[in-house]
Amino acid sequence: MTVDRLLPTRDAEDLLDLTRTVADRELAPVAARHERAESYPEGLFGVLGEVGLLGLPYPEEDGGGGQPYEVYLQVLEELAARWAAVAVATSVHTLACFPVATYGSPAQRERWLPRMLEGRLIGGYSLSEPHAGSDAAAIICKARPVADGYRINGTKAWITHGGKADFYALFARTGEGSRGISCFLAPGAAEGLAFGRPEEKMGLNAVPTTSAFWDGAVLEQDRLIGAEGQGLAIALSALDSGRLGIAACATGLAQAALDAAVEYANERTAFGRRIVDHQGLGFLLADMAAAVDSARATYLDAARRRDLGRPYSRQASVAKLIATDAAMKVTTDAVQVFGGCGYTREFPVERYMREAKVMQIFEGTNQIQRMVIARQFAR
Amino acid sequence: MKIVVCVKYVPDATGDRGFNDDGTTDRESVDSLLSELDEYAIEQALKIVESGVEAEITYLTVGPDDAKDALRKALAMGGDNAIHVNDDDIAGTDALGTSLILAKAIERAGFDLVICGMASTDASMGVVPAMLAERLGVPQVTYLDEVTVEGTTVKGGGTVKGRREGDVATELIEAALPAVVSVTDRTGEARYPSFKGIMAAKKKNVEALDLDDLGIESDQVGLSAAWSIVDTATKRPPRAKGEVVEDEGEGGVQLAGFLAAKKFI
Repeated sequence: MTVDRLLPTRDAEDLLDLTRTVADRELAPVAARHERAESYPEGLFGVLGEVGLLGLPYPEEDGGGGQPYEVYLQVLEELAARWAAVAVATSVHTLACFPVATYGSPAQRERWLPRMLEGRLIGGYSLSEPHAGSDAAAIICKARPVADGYRINGTKAWITHGGKADFYALFARTGEGSRGISCFLAPGAAEGLAFGRPEEKMGLNAVPTTSAFWDGAVLEQDRLIGAEGQGLAIALSALDSGRLGIAACATGLAQAALDAAVEYANERTAFGRRIVDHQGLGFLLADMAAAVDSARATYLDAARRRDLGRPYSRQASVAKLIATDAAMKVTTDAVQVFGGCGYTREFPVERYMREAKVMQIFEGTNQIQRMVIARQFAR
Repeated sequence: MKIVVCVKYVPDATGDRGFNDDGTTDRESVDSLLSELDEYAIEQALKIVESGVEAEITYLTVGPDDAKDALRKALAMGGDNAIHVNDDDIAGTDALGTSLILAKAIERAGFDLVICGMASTDASMGVVPAMLAERLGVPQVTYLDEVTVEGTTVKGGGTVKGRREGDVATELIEAALPAVVSVTDRTGEARYPSFKGIMAAKKKNVEALDLDDLGIESDQVGLSAAWSIVDTATKRPPRAKGEVVEDEGEGGVQLAGFLAAKKFI
């Protein structure tokens, strides 16, 4: 069912129409097949880029769509309602453009940004390491200055689009402590860069997640984004935006699960009537709908604050927490609505349930979100 | 050169389409949109320009107020400007009358190449391109699966070449410009409009014309002047319930009997 949205402009309404058309034709029909086969949808991100969905929240003069977060996130939500893995990769790509778009020099922006925002170059984000996930300041991957740039040595982990992306926002150590991390725009292919085998994941299987092994690859000087040592500040300033992206993806996934459950509850009969007419099941659907609506409301509240230039860190964490917990609950309950059928791979809801789990984990676990929220209360 | 692409605003083929009491199309009860078959014509016009031919692309439609949506969609895919012929007296016009209006508007705009879809998705007569060519007095090259333009100069000239797939033969056809062509749904997927294209389309010029502007008298068109009208229409009957074979040990035989009766086996 089409979500009734409050959008700020006619352009935004047209954009959402376009998104639904493209997602219905290019994502929905092939998502289940690719997820089951764990096969990458070759060419799909090219289409999303041509249509203009891969640089939405960045300025038009840089090649972006000039859209507020309030609108961009609703586009992500619509993508996620058809195919969570593609929506997550879109969110990650958008995040990977953030360092260059926000901290890049005019020359760097001109050289790379248009191709990134038009989706001709697809990006990944490379902050995490095997022993540094939530604790980003603990990374040890090294970037040692050499004659014409930096030599990179170390291991990065959990890279969405790993081995497939054209570039990575890479964070590595140029010194000690929290001011010793720098941000680089790393190419997807370089001598001395190798990617691990894709992780065998519970869900989101069509887009690979890999480790990256840096063994002495040299990045040219102009691939340093911002100042040396500014990396952690860049990473932290991107965090809240990334969390909102995941909140929107989780909301879309929950919406898809609710839609599937409602559809089934109107068809399936038991004890002589449709199961939607049984109060016990109706209440289950009502709680699912309330969870979806509250998820959407919290991420839109945070997005509108961001668009107005107001602080939104707390609201971003609330949105990420509420929306991803909602996705877990709603997808689990959707399986319940489908009964035994829900537990089989013939129906989509078991996949939704598997896809929801990781959303409580990545872009800051939901425990980290609670820490961010609670931190505001300490006087 | 100048390319005119004719497009039609039609009731959504996936909707519940019907007729008014006078046999004209019921436009109230179902959403309308750009005829899907015309998207192929738009795509081919854009491809011709992308192949290096310098051309201005103008979209032309004849239809009610909302038909502007079809022009906006076309302009969002690409192209330069559009013409919308809209007049209350046009309601009920048949293919012959439509071709008259289109031809007058095309002559007024100027053209080297007119591209049409192979038919509309509502009436699906497929005769307008041929009628247009006759009225304009130029060659017609219809039902093309492939189309290219060669040898054009700023002064005009050049040829249009195409491939038409038939049941028994493939024809390679060419005509000197100016000409009218129609293209099939086998010419290649039509592109999506991009978000930037949608925003840019809002700034492109759509010229509004009525019958007066084209020098057409109201009694030349409309339902009263139509040579083809919808006399009666019957709703497609709902699908009848299939025959259920109860298997009481003889199911296979009954099944074979059923298939044999339908001449499947």
